[in-house]
Amino acid sequence: MNALKSLFAIALIAVMTAGAPVKPGYEVGDSATDFKLKNYDGKMVSMADYKDAKGYIVIFNCNTCPYSKAYDSRIIALNKKYASKGFPVLTINPNDPGLSPGDSFDEMKSQAKRNKYDFPYLVDETQDVARTYGATNTPHVYVLDKVSETNLKVVYIGAIDDNSRNADAVTKRYVEDAVDAIMQSKNVPVTKTKAIGCTIKWKNS
Amino acid sequence: MKFLIITFVLAVGIGSPNLQPAEKVKIEDLQKMIGGNSGKIQVINFWATWCAPCIKELPLFEQANATREDIEVSLVSIDLDLDPNPDKVYRFIDRKKLKSKVYILDERDPNTWIDKIDKSWSGAIPATLVVNLENGKRKFVEKELKEGELEEIINSVK
Repeated sequence: MNALKSLFAIALIAVMTAGAPVKPGYEVGDSATDFKLKNYDGKMVSMADYKDAKGYIVIFNCNTCPYSKAYDSRIIALNKKYASKGFPVLTINPNDPGLSPGDSFDEMKSQAKRNKYDFPYLVDETQDVARTYGATNTPHVYVLDKVSETNLKVVYIGAIDDNSRNADAVTKRYVEDAVDAIMQSKNVPVTKTKAIGCTIKWKNS
Repeated sequence: MKFLIITFVLAVGIGSPNLQPAEKVKIEDLQKMIGGNSGKIQVINFWATWCAPCIKELPLFEQANATREDIEVSLVSIDLDLDPNPDKVYRFIDRKKLKSKVYILDERDPNTWIDKIDKSWSGAIPATLVVNLENGKRKFVEKELKEGELEEIINSVK
């Protein structure tokens, strides 16, 4: 009977976790979980490694999406501006390289080196982190406020800014505004935005 | 001379029979399409020339458009969000000989219009909205459709 019960439980878990992403993910106000993922240089990286961080700019991103390409220099600029102020950028590639060969670990390595990333570009091989956060497309940003060692509060979810095709024509810098607000202990002005992007390439879906 | 010009125009016209001008539309135009009074089920697919899964599923929409009388297919390109030049879309339509009606969405700042299509849409494509204007039933899906799935969705709003 017990064996049957556990078999049933396993089957249930399998059904629940199979295929397409479980939609909800994080909402603004939730406490985000840390991760431990492999960086393009082979080293494992967690948010906890950044002892002096006051928060994090977590970006689900990839090599192949034209939106990721359009935002590449803006992501590099975000880290240059905010890492020294205690808000490092961490980028995570969740795409299944089986479905998107241009997003393989080797391609990630070349891209990070070619574009001189001075921030982690991590591989989410199981796609668990993207699923937990509720990421749907690339690039998809989560700004986290490190309220305490155990509470990484999600304060912003969405796009980097309001103009994908032209960085010079941007009028709303959502991510910068969110980080600036945390630094000044103010309320984040816009906590959630939507943007056009490439769907994350989920395994078996 | 006049005759020559007319002949030339005719020749060009005959030379490219499949060329359909993709009309640029605003979000209000799409909202009218979704809320209008057409007797047919509206099938609105959001795609872009850079989106591989979108291109993969396009034949399903072309086939439905060609074989079903009860639907009206609109392929809405969102290419302009990234590239101000629509030529890629025109060339794509020509190369693939698309028969369904193609529109090019001419909007900036997606955050202001994504919710007007569907609140559940994250903004990732492909995405498809199917609306039956007669009974008010609608279905929105944000994923690449596989063989048979589009038919299922259309039938679910009947």
